[in-house]
Amino acid sequence: MTGVAATNPDNAQGEVVIRVRGLTMGFDDLVLMRNLNFEVRRGEIFVILGGSGSGKSTLLQHMIGLYRPQAGHIWVAGADITEAEGAQREAILRRVGVMYQMGALFGSMTLLENARLPLEVHTDLPREAMDAVARARLQLVGLGAFADFMPSEISGGMQKRAAIARAMVLDPEVLFLDEPSAGLDPITSADLDRLIQRLARTLGMTIVIVSHELASIFAIADRVIMLDKESQGIAAEGDPATLRDTSDHPWVQRFLRRTDSDQERSA
Amino acid sequence: MDSSAASAVPPFEYDATVDPAPRLRLSGRLDVHAVERHWGSLRRRARDLGQQATGAVLVDLRGVDYCDGAGAALLHALEQDFARADAEVQFEGMGRMVEEQLAPYRELDAVEPARAADGRGWWQGWMDGVDRVGRAAHSQFSFVGELTQAVGSALRHPRQVRWGDTLRVAEAAGFQALPIVSLIAFLLGVILAFQSAIAMRQFGGEIFVANLVSVSLFRELGPLMMAILLAGRSGAAFAAEIGTMKVNEEVNALKTMGLDPVRFLVLPKVLAGLLVAPLLALYANMIGLIGAAVVMQGFGIPWVAFFNQVTSALTLSDLFSGLVKAVVFGLVVATVGCLRGLQTGSGAASVGLSTTSAVVTSIILIVVLDGVFAVLFYHLGV
Repeated sequence: MTGVAATNPDNAQGEVVIRVRGLTMGFDDLVLMRNLNFEVRRGEIFVILGGSGSGKSTLLQHMIGLYRPQAGHIWVAGADITEAEGAQREAILRRVGVMYQMGALFGSMTLLENARLPLEVHTDLPREAMDAVARARLQLVGLGAFADFMPSEISGGMQKRAAIARAMVLDPEVLFLDEPSAGLDPITSADLDRLIQRLARTLGMTIVIVSHELASIFAIADRVIMLDKESQGIAAEGDPATLRDTSDHPWVQRFLRRTDSDQERSA
Repeated sequence: MDSSAASAVPPFEYDATVDPAPRLRLSGRLDVHAVERHWGSLRRRARDLGQQATGAVLVDLRGVDYCDGAGAALLHALEQDFARADAEVQFEGMGRMVEEQLAPYRELDAVEPARAADGRGWWQGWMDGVDRVGRAAHSQFSFVGELTQAVGSALRHPRQVRWGDTLRVAEAAGFQALPIVSLIAFLLGVILAFQSAIAMRQFGGEIFVANLVSVSLFRELGPLMMAILLAGRSGAAFAAEIGTMKVNEEVNALKTMGLDPVRFLVLPKVLAGLLVAPLLALYANMIGLIGAAVVMQGFGIPWVAFFNQVTSALTLSDLFSGLVKAVVFGLVVATVGCLRGLQTGSGAASVGLSTTSAVVTSIILIVVLDGVFAVLFYHLGV
C-alpha cells in the first residue's frame, strides 16, 4: 500500500491499538511477507498463526520495533514504531510488554530482580513499592514463592511464566507473547490461558500472541491471522472456530483441522 | 485535604476526613504516576487516620476509574498501615479491576517462600567453603587424569584425533597471533636494547647489549611474553567457547551422543597449544632480536657485528630451555582455558567468570612455573 502518510491514521477513540499497513518484511534479499494489512483492537486477544519459518516471530519483532520493515508502517499505541527514534520510541516501548520465545530472563538476577527491572528503568516508585509490584506479578503467574530463585534454579515452564510476569510488570497496554505455551504441560498451559483471558477481560490489556498450540488458540483467541509462506501474505483472518468451519482455503483447513484429520487417519 | 494532588498531571485525588467518621476517599486514575507522587504522603495520612480512628476506617474507591499494579500495591500498603495502627478497614465501591489487581497482593500474605531464608551459622558457611575447595580440587585432578588418558590414547591411535579441528585452532591461536606477537616482541627488543645500551655505554661496552638481550629473550622473556599473550588471546577464547557450549547444553549433547567432551573439545585445543607455543616463542625471540639490532644501529653497532655477537653469546641450552618452557606454558594455557570452560555453571555471567578465571589462573601458573624452571635449570646447570 503506497501513499500512507507517516501520521497516525487512527481515530481519536483509540479503538485500534495496533495498525499494520503495507508491511513488507524480510532480511536482505529474502522477503518473508509482502504487503500485510491488519489491525488489532483494544482488549482483544489476537493470535498470529503460521507454519514454521513463515515469519510469525519476525512479524512480532517488527511490531515491537526490533527490525525495520522493508516497506510499510506499523502504528503501536498511536505512534509509528517504524519511524520512531529516541525518546518517542522509548515512550512506545514503555507501553508494551514482551515475552520472548525462550523467556530471556537475565541469568545473573533473581526472579524478583528480573521482574523489578522494568520498574527501576521506567518509574520513580519507591523501592518498597517496586518490590511489592514485582512480587505480586510473580504471584499472579503462580511464582510468588520463588521470588528469590535464580532463573537457572527453576524449570523451563516456570521461566516462561516468570518472563510473562516481567513483561506485564508495567501494566502495558499491549502484551506481546511469543509462543507462551510451547513446551508447557497441558495443565500449566491451561492456567496460562486463563491468566491471559483475565488480563484481557478485567484489566483491558491487548494481547498479541504468536502460537501454534491449537487447543489454546480455540480456547482464548478473539481473532487470528494466518500467515501463509507460499503466498507471502495473510491466508485468512477472523475468529478461529468460524475459520475452521467456513474457510475454503485448503491450507487453512489442514492447519486448523489437524486434530480432526489425525483422528480420521487413525480411525 | 491534599491541595497539591488536584493540580497533579494524572487526575488522581484523595482526601481524608475524620468527622463524622474516619474516611479516606480516592478518585481518578490510580496508576503508577499517581503512586510515584503519593506513595509516602498518602501512607502517612493513612497512619494518622488509623491512629485517630476508633472504629473502622472507610476507604471509598467509588471514584477510582483505573487501577494498575502499582495502584494495587498502594492500596495493599494502606491496608497494612491501617492494620498496624489497629484500625479496621472497609473498602467501599471496589470495582472488578481493583479487586483483580489487588488479589495477588493479598494472596502473597499467605505465601511461604519456597526456600527458607539462609539462617546457617558461620561454621556451616566455613564447611561449605571447604567443600567447595575439595570439589574444585577433585574436578581439576580428574580433568588432568582424563586429559592424560586422552593424550595417551591419541598417541596410540593418532587417527582418532580430530586433526582438522586441531589445525583450525592452531591457526587461530598461532598464525593469527603473529601480528600482536610481532608488535610486542619488537618493542620488547627495542626497550631492552635501549635501556641496557645507555648503561653499557658508560663502560664502552655497547656490543655486550647483544649478549644481554639475546640471553634474556631466549631464556626468559620470549617464552613468558608469548605465554601471557596466548593466555589473553586463546586461553580466554577456549574458556568462552566451551563455556558457552556448556550453557547451551551442547556439552551434554556430546555426552549423550557418546562423545567424550575431553577428547572431542579439549584434546584438539591442547594439542594446538602444544604445537604453536614453541613456534610463537621462537618467532618472538627473532623479532625481539631485530628490534634490538635496530636500536643498536643508533649506537654505532652494525648489523653484522650485532648478530655475530648474538651467535657467540647464545648456546643451544639457552634456546632449548626457552622452548621447553614455551611448551609447558602452552600446555598450561590450553588446559586451564578448557578446564575453566568445562567448569562453567549456567547463564551468561558464568561464561564471563570462567573466561576471567582462565586468564588469571593461566598467568599465575605461568609466573609460578617460570620461577620453578629458574631454580630447576640452575641446579641442572642448564
